[in-house]
Amino acid sequence: MDRRESLKSLLIGTIAGATLGASACTPEEKTTGPDIEQAPLYGRLPEEIERDKQLMSEVFLNEHELTTVAVLCDIILPATSTAGSANDAEVPAFIEFIVKDLPSHQLPMRGGLMWMDSESNKRFNKLFKDATDAQQIEIVDDIAYPDPDGKKPEMAYGIKFFNLMRNLTLTGYYTSKIGIEDLGYMGNRPNVWDGVPQDILDKHGMAYEEELLPKYVDQSKRMDIAEWDDQGNLLT
Amino acid sequence: MQIIESPKEYDAIIVGSGAGGGMATHVLANSGLKVAVVEAGPFFDPKDPKTQTQLKWPWESPRRGASSTRAFGDFDMSWGDWKVDGEPYTTAEGTDFLWWRARMLGGRTNHWGRISLRFGPVDFKHKDVDGMGDNWPIGYEDVKPYYDKLDKLVGVYGTNEGRYNDPDGYFLPPPKPRLHELYYTKAARKVGVPVIPSRMSMLTKRINNERGVCFYCRQCGRSCNQYADFSSSSVFMIPALNSGKIDLYTNCMVREVTTDKEGRATGVSYINKDDRREYKLKGRSVVLGASACSSARILLNSKSSQHPNGLGNSSDVVGRYLHDSTGLGRSAFVPQLMNRKNFNEDGTGGMHVYSPWWGYDQKLDFARGYHIEIGGGFGMPSYGFGFNATEINKFAGGAVGGYGDKLRDDVKKVYGAFIHLAGRGECIARHDNRCEIDPDVVDQYGIPVLRFDYTFSDQERMQAKHMNNTFESIFDAMGAVTLGEAAGPEKDYGLLAPGQIIHEVGTTRMGDDPKTSVTNSLCQLHDADNVFVVDGGPFVSQADKNCTWTIMALAMRTSENIVDQFKQKNL
Repeated sequence: MDRRESLKSLLIGTIAGATLGASACTPEEKTTGPDIEQAPLYGRLPEEIERDKQLMSEVFLNEHELTTVAVLCDIILPATSTAGSANDAEVPAFIEFIVKDLPSHQLPMRGGLMWMDSESNKRFNKLFKDATDAQQIEIVDDIAYPDPDGKKPEMAYGIKFFNLMRNLTLTGYYTSKIGIEDLGYMGNRPNVWDGVPQDILDKHGMAYEEELLPKYVDQSKRMDIAEWDDQGNLLT
Repeated sequence: MQIIESPKEYDAIIVGSGAGGGMATHVLANSGLKVAVVEAGPFFDPKDPKTQTQLKWPWESPRRGASSTRAFGDFDMSWGDWKVDGEPYTTAEGTDFLWWRARMLGGRTNHWGRISLRFGPVDFKHKDVDGMGDNWPIGYEDVKPYYDKLDKLVGVYGTNEGRYNDPDGYFLPPPKPRLHELYYTKAARKVGVPVIPSRMSMLTKRINNERGVCFYCRQCGRSCNQYADFSSSSVFMIPALNSGKIDLYTNCMVREVTTDKEGRATGVSYINKDDRREYKLKGRSVVLGASACSSARILLNSKSSQHPNGLGNSSDVVGRYLHDSTGLGRSAFVPQLMNRKNFNEDGTGGMHVYSPWWGYDQKLDFARGYHIEIGGGFGMPSYGFGFNATEINKFAGGAVGGYGDKLRDDVKKVYGAFIHLAGRGECIARHDNRCEIDPDVVDQYGIPVLRFDYTFSDQERMQAKHMNNTFESIFDAMGAVTLGEAAGPEKDYGLLAPGQIIHEVGTTRMGDDPKTSVTNSLCQLHDADNVFVVDGGPFVSQADKNCTWTIMALAMRTSENIVDQFKQKNL
């Protein structure tokens, strides 16, 4: 399997794409709002732009750590026939950013990655990233499930770390374009809501109440200016 | 450093541009008065693409919307939250208070929930019912005409239900409920909890040619670029500014109201945050709409020989009777909503249905009541989505933990299968619950800051216990799995911290007796007849209704009275 090879090429793009195109601020007319010459895409204030730029100029995970993250990401969410993998969705770059943004993740991330290497060295005399796919999976299978009865106490650190990796991988993936398509979220676009589709109502044994139906918004008249009689009855 | 005085004299100086200040601006500026508005934050227009967050995707934020820089996440349209850099507040030992401040044109109305509930007849006279707190000096009939005008001016959807204490109004038509809201409706009614269409200030229908119509993105918290939800910035401040009828001072933080030898207000002094110098504005009247606690702070910091205890504070009531709504939330997993077909169910911001308080005739171990807000559905993922995703397999079936295709399936099968209920109730206003000036701490502008001293009583605790029981019984009736245990008495049954519901009011309460109240029933200071308060300060009690609609109705009433008094040459 060529998982490792494809990871290598993906990683280059991921890191290169990690810098956001924010530029310096110059003063502006006061009535046009805060001094933002060229805001990044998501409506930041000057101090937020500065913070983002600062974080993006810093490096937390070294190349070895980042490669290990990438290996784990694609074990957690490999590609399917219809959706890209966690690496396709640039999850390692997200993880590199979020551990700088939320520093409480840093120690568990760094220590956990080191634990993975220790465990791999112990078992196979190899760093985790250099272990074979089967060897990697052998370790992952030991830490991917909870151990409520404490049957394998020596795996407790790994279980905790894998939980963090899984959480960050899922969140990074399902907040990416690829992930949102895979999930099937269909909103965040202008539309006209007119209730739950009939087939879905039927499937759930639900129906809109007859007496309320005339009161709900008539979307064919949404552009008509509202007028009421003195009793508060809508006339338009 | 010399204070710089403007030679211009205004008829009215309005402090703050949120719900109250915005309404005052609308009424006073359109009546032809010379108006200055002083806002502590920068200019903001929901239409401005540079600051817009509406319709952004989570991946456009490198932190995917996490709350590292904005407490409610990257896309929330509030500049400033529980913390504002360089502007601290403190709490009395052993007490807790959270204070949200939005430093921007329009203030907190840019991100608020738009839940727009009239107070009812009982709410103004609740002491008559249970002997607790105080009655308002006015009743529903006094405010009703302003609620009526407000409905038509600003727009609110809902239905006339003929419920005595949830009065009818002039509503735009409500949107149909979402799927989880239909499940909620069925279950709540089964246990005797009423459910009606919610009352929210989004335009499901055009009300004029200036504002757009809701396009159902569910992102009112990001402030609408079509002006289809109510924000004071888009609905009041920007039109006033464009009409050339007001002078707007942004990034200007009012330190105090200045007074003359007779003790009447002469204007305000403020710090310009850009050059950090102090300026003075002259005004024949001052209208405080800085927020209940900020206005109290300004009054308490306005000390003079005529007002040694702070302006308007001869009663020692300024800052007292501070009260926020009570609140807590619970969640449940709804197995019937597993593996359901995807569709766009964004709808309007917030909920399409809600439960008004129903327990008026019940014998309960607490006073007053609460309403229930409903959340759920196919939401847009953001940071935190998928955390501990497989835990729910304990109820949904399948192994906890794992990776690979199994994990993908786990996430998808329960997407949109959760429901969240939140109670928002009435806290009894008490003399002891207060904000006051901290004797030791100033902010970065040298202005003494507020210290909060707020505790709950058993009235609130027992109400919270009741909320938990109600929510669990609704979840049970739905066949849903309640998540987590109800908090016990050691944690006040899960009550969120005072201030956390962001409905703090009562700090300059109105009354007929100057010894026990700060303003008269027209929100005019007893101690200085040309100073008015148009934020939540004059509330005597908050009801189990969110405060914004009543802030605006009262601000309209107060402002129309100011116009009348100018006409009669009293001001």
